[in-house]
Amino acid sequence: MKNLLKKKTTRTDFLTYLGVIVAFVIMFALQQADMLKNSTQGMLVPVCCFVVMAVSLNLTVGILGELSLGHAGFMSVGAFSGIIAAMSLEQSIPSDLARLIIAIVVGAICAAIAGFIVGVPVLRLQGDYLAIVTLAFGEIIKELINCLIVGYDENGLHVMFNLSGKLSVENLNMTENGVAIIKGAQGAVGVDKLATFPMGFVLVMLCLVIVLNLVRSRTGRAILSIRDNRIAAESVGINVTKYRLMAFVISAAMAGSAGALFGLNYSTLSSTRFDFNTSILVLVYVVLGGLGNIWGSIIAAVVLYVLPEALREFNDYRMLVYAIVLILVMLATNNDQFKAMLGRILPKRRKGAAANG
Amino acid sequence: MAKKVFEKGKMVPVPSHSIIPERDLHKSPILECSHLGIDFGGLAAVKDFNITVGRTEIAGLIGPNGAGKTTVFNLLTKVYHPTRGTILVDGMDTSGKTPAQVNRMGIARTFQNIRLFNNLSVEDNVKIGLHNHTRYNALSSIFRLPSYWKQEKIAHESAMELLSIFDMQDLADHKAGSLPYGAQRRLEIVRALATNPSLLLLDEPAAGMNPSETVELMENIVKIRDTFQIAIMLIEHDMNLVMGICEGICVLNFGQIIAKGTAEEIQNNPVVIEAYLGKQKEG
Repeated sequence: MKNLLKKKTTRTDFLTYLGVIVAFVIMFALQQADMLKNSTQGMLVPVCCFVVMAVSLNLTVGILGELSLGHAGFMSVGAFSGIIAAMSLEQSIPSDLARLIIAIVVGAICAAIAGFIVGVPVLRLQGDYLAIVTLAFGEIIKELINCLIVGYDENGLHVMFNLSGKLSVENLNMTENGVAIIKGAQGAVGVDKLATFPMGFVLVMLCLVIVLNLVRSRTGRAILSIRDNRIAAESVGINVTKYRLMAFVISAAMAGSAGALFGLNYSTLSSTRFDFNTSILVLVYVVLGGLGNIWGSIIAAVVLYVLPEALREFNDYRMLVYAIVLILVMLATNNDQFKAMLGRILPKRRKGAAANG
Repeated sequence: MAKKVFEKGKMVPVPSHSIIPERDLHKSPILECSHLGIDFGGLAAVKDFNITVGRTEIAGLIGPNGAGKTTVFNLLTKVYHPTRGTILVDGMDTSGKTPAQVNRMGIARTFQNIRLFNNLSVEDNVKIGLHNHTRYNALSSIFRLPSYWKQEKIAHESAMELLSIFDMQDLADHKAGSLPYGAQRRLEIVRALATNPSLLLLDEPAAGMNPSETVELMENIVKIRDTFQIAIMLIEHDMNLVMGICEGICVLNFGQIIAKGTAEEIQNNPVVIEAYLGKQKEG
């Protein structure tokens, strides 16, 4: 065990877990003691969701090295499938926690299937094509859910696509006990708010364990090698398509689970919540936190999610500030003089950077 | 550590095979190319390439710049798919295979312009080479099952042993991209060896090395052959290296084999001299 902690990567992972646990314990204690403002209270679950989103997108963008612009699409698939699962099981499974877990699992599986369908054709191509297709996928999912009508009664689920724009919940022909779950452009309505902060924490920890343990293994090394040099990876016998698809699907599944948790945190949810801006926002977390840097993603997601909410009066300038911060960070991280300055201030950091990345 | 491997491996005197098929028909070769060729547009980059490499042979592929030497390597490793001809590795046809599959069939290579995983550590580079010999799946790595720890330990030990060939154990934690040029070339060879090949293709292994480094490399190439009992085929412009260790040499010019034979035969072949130096004026 002592030997293990000597390794820098293991130590970083350990500190990441520790940081998340400490943050959770503090926030949870404050929440139980009723010392949080209402607005802060409302942010706990979404922050967990976006941390998971950032960590999962980091797997695609930072570790696999493929630009994906449709990550909110997978979140959306997870959110609505999770909501449908949770609400249709209301009668059969009374326990809230069980339904929440089922919803998250269903969300993850549905998003994984979506990721697989998108990934199989696209991952044979390289670079920009993936970005374009994932961007299109995000928009298509948004529009599809926009015209989706789902209801539930004793006879089971009723699903209908309102492509003409003239149909409504009445056309589902449900019995009088029927409940409308998703009402087209209105989105999901009357959702049970099952999501809890501890569940969010569990999900964050689970995703961290999956991503960090995967990266420090045979599979993760294969994925990293594809990012670093695809031709060389092939030359040492690595099945490039398989590992790219694996990383992409795992990333989509985690986004789906985050989506399910997110969806069950609000009583109404429209598909426009998961638009291109959301994808970009998550990408910003990943880029700001550092590509391939998991704890960086977590911190960036938390800070950038909380900051605009905390500074509500400046909300109009939020996107402007994002743009400026992004430009500054990119300038700073690509500037050798800045790096050298950082190295002089923190000599330890320079050594670490040389060894790790 | 470095010496131990070789002392244990015992320098077995290896019977000399030759790439010249006419001379070595009774042994089953590791590599057989027949009528291999590829066209790029209208240009036949490689034409009617026939070669046979014995199981523990060190073969050299030489020729002037642009002769198609690296193209031959790319054909053998399926980076390019040949327009004509067949490649048999250990008697098995490689047509329709991907580069990764060909590697699993037993061909490993290095690149002329070094292709390491620059952002990963030296040890990880070797472990990626060991990828197909590390047996556990993604689930056991996520849940850190016993098979993960066991296989990772084996991978670590094998990686260190392979690095010891070039005395590189101390560099294990360094980033591959931060190594000096010569060390990067050596690391590429180690990574290729980690895939447990039966034929190792080296594309200009001595490029950018100084004479003393080259001599050391020559010794190491022979050591690798003797320890692992594999065939090695190399492209090289350093004639001291080629003439010093290659048992069979094949000369390529404009995509065609113009001569095959031992070092002595090649050195005295007028066609080869012409290809390198141009035609001698008569009289």
